Amino acid sequence: MKRFAKHAIFYTTLLAIWVVLVKLKIWPAYVFPSPQGVLQSLRAGFADHSFWIAIAVSMKRMLLGYGLSVVLGMILGFGVASNKFLEETMGGLLVSLQSLPSICWLPLAVLWFGLTEKAILFVVVMGSLLSVTIAMETGRQQMPKIFGMAGRNLGARGFKLFWHVLLPASLPYIISGLKQGWAFAWRSLISGEMIFVSLGLGQLLMMGRDLNDMSQVIAVMILIVAIGYIVDGLVFKSIERRLQQKWGFAPVA
Amino acid sequence: MTPNPATQAGYSGEHRSPARGASRWKIVVLHRDAESAAVPKLKLSGVSLSYQTNDGSRLLALDDIHLTVAPGEFLCIVGPSGCGKSTLLHLIAGLQSASSGNILVDEKPVAGPGTDRILIFQELGLFPWLTVAQNIEFGMKMKGISRAERQEKIEQYLRLVHLAQFKDSYTHQLSGGMRQRVALARALASEPDVLLMDEPFAALDAQTRDILHDELERIWAETGRTIVFVTHNVREAVRLGDRVALLTFRPGRVKREYAIDLPRPRHLEDVEVARTAREILDDLREEINKSLEEQYGHEAVR
Repeated sequence: MKRFAKHAIFYTTLLAIWVVLVKLKIWPAYVFPSPQGVLQSLRAGFADHSFWIAIAVSMKRMLLGYGLSVVLGMILGFGVASNKFLEETMGGLLVSLQSLPSICWLPLAVLWFGLTEKAILFVVVMGSLLSVTIAMETGRQQMPKIFGMAGRNLGARGFKLFWHVLLPASLPYIISGLKQGWAFAWRSLISGEMIFVSLGLGQLLMMGRDLNDMSQVIAVMILIVAIGYIVDGLVFKSIERRLQQKWGFAPVA
Repeated sequence: MTPNPATQAGYSGEHRSPARGASRWKIVVLHRDAESAAVPKLKLSGVSLSYQTNDGSRLLALDDIHLTVAPGEFLCIVGPSGCGKSTLLHLIAGLQSASSGNILVDEKPVAGPGTDRILIFQELGLFPWLTVAQNIEFGMKMKGISRAERQEKIEQYLRLVHLAQFKDSYTHQLSGGMRQRVALARALASEPDVLLMDEPFAALDAQTRDILHDELERIWAETGRTIVFVTHNVREAVRLGDRVALLTFRPGRVKREYAIDLPRPRHLEDVEVARTAREILDDLREEINKSLEEQYGHEAVR
């Protein structure tokens, strides 16, 4: 309750400052929209289904792209972690590549795949693959060795060992990396969608800009933040909570 | 093959393992002399292990180990820390391979891990993401045993270690003694011929350890498994073992073997147990001194 009160006070103040700034009329309404205008845009967007469609399209891309990078990242990360040669060579490359903003891959993606769904997916995968891979690699290394030995001792081999032992054993160590990967994928997706007509939330944002409709731009931004927050709260927080229940300690941040 | 002097030193002739009450365990006659033994469950001959240390030199951890374990025998291995006791178990479990020599289980050489030998690690290695029941189930699941049969076995082994009411708990919710029981049940559920135990009770309080000694002895008698039990506690070794093998400090060699012919069930406080432990301890002390000398230099020990 106390927490809620703090939040209520904070956001009310923020909203009040916004309203005062609008009332002062320093900037024209099309540059600096009012809270009512943004609310109006949100309502209109949901009413004519354009927001729903954009959310659905963007989420579909996220699930596909992020799912792909988790699977690829697992294979890559575990491969790198369990091979000394790869660890010494590719390990460094992965870290340096991670500093590359994923949108840099877009020109290549457009050249290879054209202005298609695949190009956007490629950018999303490139955006999150590296952080997932690095998380898997470090998770595999931080995970206590005893689990792997116990698994082999009890007859687990190959894929069974990976699936039933190594993966669950490393989960507390990779969950924060998976979360980071999701955040990177989300950013990459929005940037990718802003570049060309593609439906999705990014395009909705650009449409607001093209129509000089700042209310819509801010409405979409709120939507993007809200979805990020909800996924974090619903998916990752609940995974972390379950891990904590089972392991008896908070996942490694 | 020339008999190994180390294994012969303290032991000669034959040894009758004590009768264990139940009729299905016949009295096993053990021979120290490997050639004439019936079929040993486990046989180590000339097992050595050396490895590269960080400064580039080679360290001999285990040197020419000869050990024979009869079916259903309870062998305890004692030695100072750093004698390679745990390593020896890892070799038998197939988690590591020896530099030379061979390890035979039922006369077949060990080549990697196998569920005929299950090791209970010192740090247990229970899976924290699984419940007690799922931990026990794990080995059977890997073996591809049917779900129905697994359920039945889980119940059976939960009862054996008195943990039925904790089957849905996660391991971090259990006490140290309870975790030991889970590890024991998980190992037994794979129905190994040989159970390898690496100082399993070292971290427990005295009362819990007493109880677990009794239970291990009972379970051993009920299941007829062959057990190789590593400990640094001589009294524990005498309390549990049919035979005790003493390893030397670095490199680990079998210094002597002692047949423990005391009647079962035994207790840690038994006078006979204490007296036998005393004898072994005198031999062990020499090795402990060696290890101290290596660690702190000669002055510290004198």
